[in-house]
Amino acid sequence: MHRLWLRFVALGYLAAILVGPLAIVFWRTFEDGFQPAWDALTSPETIHALKLTLLITAIAVPINTVFGIVCALAIVRRRFPGKGLLNAFIDLPLALSPVVVGLALFLLYGREGWFGGWLEDHGIQVLFALPAMVIATIFVSLPFVAREVVPTLREIGDEQEQAAKTLGASGWQTFWRITLPSIRWAVVYGVILTTARCLGEYGAVAVVSGRIQGKTETATLRVQERYESFDLAGAYAISIVLALMAIAVLVATTVIRPKEANA
Amino acid sequence: MTTFLTLMVMLPIAALLWEATSEGKTTFWEAVSSPAAVASLKLTLVASFVVALMNAVLGTVTAWVLVRDDFRGKTFVNAVIDLPFALPTIVAGLTLLALYGPTSPIGIDVAFTRTAIVLALMFVTLPFVVRTVQPVLQELDPELEEAARSLGASNTTTFRRVVFPNILPGILSGVALAFAKAVGEFGSLVIITGNIPYRTEVSSVYIFGRIESGDSTSAAAVAVVLLALSFVTLLSIGAIRHVATRHDRA
Amino acid sequence: MSILVRNVSKRFGDFVALDDVSLDVESGSLTALLGPSGSGKSTLLRIVAGLETADAGEILLSGKDATALAPQKRNVGFVFQHYAAFKHMTVRDNIAFGLKVRKRPKAEIRERVEELLGLVQLQGLGDRYPSQLSGGQRQRMGLARALAPEPQVLLLDEPFGALDARVRAELREWLRHLHDVVSVTTVFVTHDQEEAMEISDQIAVMNAGRLEQVGAPRDLYDQPASAFVMRFVGDAYDLDGALVRPHDVELSPAFEDDAVEAMIVRVTFLGRDVKIELHDGAGGEIVALLERNRYEELGLWRGQTVWARPQRERIFADEAA
Repeated sequence: MHRLWLRFVALGYLAAILVGPLAIVFWRTFEDGFQPAWDALTSPETIHALKLTLLITAIAVPINTVFGIVCALAIVRRRFPGKGLLNAFIDLPLALSPVVVGLALFLLYGREGWFGGWLEDHGIQVLFALPAMVIATIFVSLPFVAREVVPTLREIGDEQEQAAKTLGASGWQTFWRITLPSIRWAVVYGVILTTARCLGEYGAVAVVSGRIQGKTETATLRVQERYESFDLAGAYAISIVLALMAIAVLVATTVIRPKEANA
Repeated sequence: MTTFLTLMVMLPIAALLWEATSEGKTTFWEAVSSPAAVASLKLTLVASFVVALMNAVLGTVTAWVLVRDDFRGKTFVNAVIDLPFALPTIVAGLTLLALYGPTSPIGIDVAFTRTAIVLALMFVTLPFVVRTVQPVLQELDPELEEAARSLGASNTTTFRRVVFPNILPGILSGVALAFAKAVGEFGSLVIITGNIPYRTEVSSVYIFGRIESGDSTSAAAVAVVLLALSFVTLLSIGAIRHVATRHDRA
Repeated sequence: MSILVRNVSKRFGDFVALDDVSLDVESGSLTALLGPSGSGKSTLLRIVAGLETADAGEILLSGKDATALAPQKRNVGFVFQHYAAFKHMTVRDNIAFGLKVRKRPKAEIRERVEELLGLVQLQGLGDRYPSQLSGGQRQRMGLARALAPEPQVLLLDEPFGALDARVRAELREWLRHLHDVVSVTTVFVTHDQEEAMEISDQIAVMNAGRLEQVGAPRDLYDQPASAFVMRFVGDAYDLDGALVRPHDVELSPAFEDDAVEAMIVRVTFLGRDVKIELHDGAGGEIVALLERNRYEELGLWRGQTVWARPQRERIFADEAA
């Protein structure tokens, strides 16, 4: 019957492309037991890489959250020239190749770059150091919070905010007590997506970091490095950690999604 | 806030354009039309196109099954769809290599071939069409199809004339998003394709190579081409959205 | 607190919402802004609240110019048609909001909220969320919330518009009672003339951005200043160039001089009265309302030709309605 055929095709497709490959990696990693994977993970460079990834994420996510909320409020509640452009530009990081992003930052902050010279004279190193990596990560994960909050804000309408004003609430009080709580699940969902993107960023950071082991190598860069050094076990081990984080993200979104829908 | 946006978005783009044209129009043209660059662009466009079309069909089928079908574990399947959004691209490439590369337990080895490109791109673009079609299908009033059937339409006709026109905008915007993502994809391709020039080197990898060689101008030139593609795709998504909602406007 | 609206005008693009409107609202009174959709009544209300700004004119609250004052500073309570309930807060927190924002002591807030819950008859529902309440309950909560910070003026924008007919009638009466108890200057917007007639001290009839007439319900009914007001407040039909109220139409089965010949097309029993719909020769519609006894006396039936004459009529210079 039609129904079963369709189901077979869909499930087969997902198994072949998504679930199968991931399952194989899990299997291969622990094929020879827990120890080899653990050893690979606890090498100093790997630990540094994981820490670096978490650090960058911890910086980028709050910045993008604030930006996303402010942007969403501006787009939905205010009228200003260039609003359409802002709306379109928000989506740009999603459509852009990470390598192109990395190159652009390279051109801005590299030694011969627009800001590079000035920054170097003042002893600030951006490229091949943490700042460039943070900027790159912020750029690629920019849209998520805004894109989640905008439709929710639109749907809620601003009557509650008007009511708050008539009851004497100042702008800030209205935002904090009324607007923010009403969009909280959309914000949470957006933060989860942003975090996942930051943890998994590869292309842009690959260009701007210089991939210096023990200094500017993130977890994702390390996976590549281990593979190229023919340390497949090492590459798999870090991948598992990242995959587990991804699965945690999926679980979180599955729990959050109904809350967001009913908000 | 506008300053933040300018800093983050406008400046980088300006820098790209500047660098690409910094040595004059001829150099720009030469960089873009060099054989390796052209080969990479051709490969990128063709692969992205193929993947976008495959997504149109398979993504719609998946969305259909998720909305209209019911089976145990459906919540799990629904969550799995988002895996490409959550998993780092480099890890995705590695997992595909594990199943479809030299150490494949099922004997399929497509590593370092063009098939690998399609495979990797299918992975990273999988959620797009599914997630744009799903809500539309969900919102579709079953009474529309009931009305069609009560008027004598067969299942196929009902799908063709009632359901499909309504989900088409969803499919199209999903396809556009998938295309944009595929054109710029980097991380998942780095390992499994081997990045062989003229054979399996896509534009993003080509650009990366040019940067590593210190040739920023050529890199920027090809980057500008990709940038233009992204813009066009973004605009077309906006246009699709506009056309799709025309019946909802007074 | 009295409200003085002086020559207020407002447009939205090309659309003129209010055209030089002036209105006096006495302190402690209950005034209705009555009119069809698009007449500008909601816009006027929102300008008084400070939720919109007028293009020209002034608003004076208790004699002080409030035209440029932000809504937070006007001490005006506002009740919305679709409740604008704070969905993520309990009923208690909703009602307490205005007081919390003014940083009143917790004990005072608690007491006032209890008092209001009793006043609007929502005792025991204080810990529920708005989504768990019926429409009528939500609106009563909206009222309690607006009254909590002791506003000088209470404004209601089609407060019962989203409720079903029975609840609407109940709440309408209840609002009047509330006003008698609390006696805060109240202005409410409605398109339902019955509602306006039943509970207000004065009605301001608006049409296409202009104020047509202001007065007590009875005065508007008995002495309408224009054809529009006569048709809007109560019913009126065209009988040979004049406007007549249905219960002022006299019918006779026999020919009468200066009466209009018409055919009965429908007879509806409304309990004590009988509604008779007629079509005159020119295709116009007339409605007569007769008492049951009178109807039976005359022995009228559908399809019959009768002669209609007004007992009381009004003629207006401009008959455009």
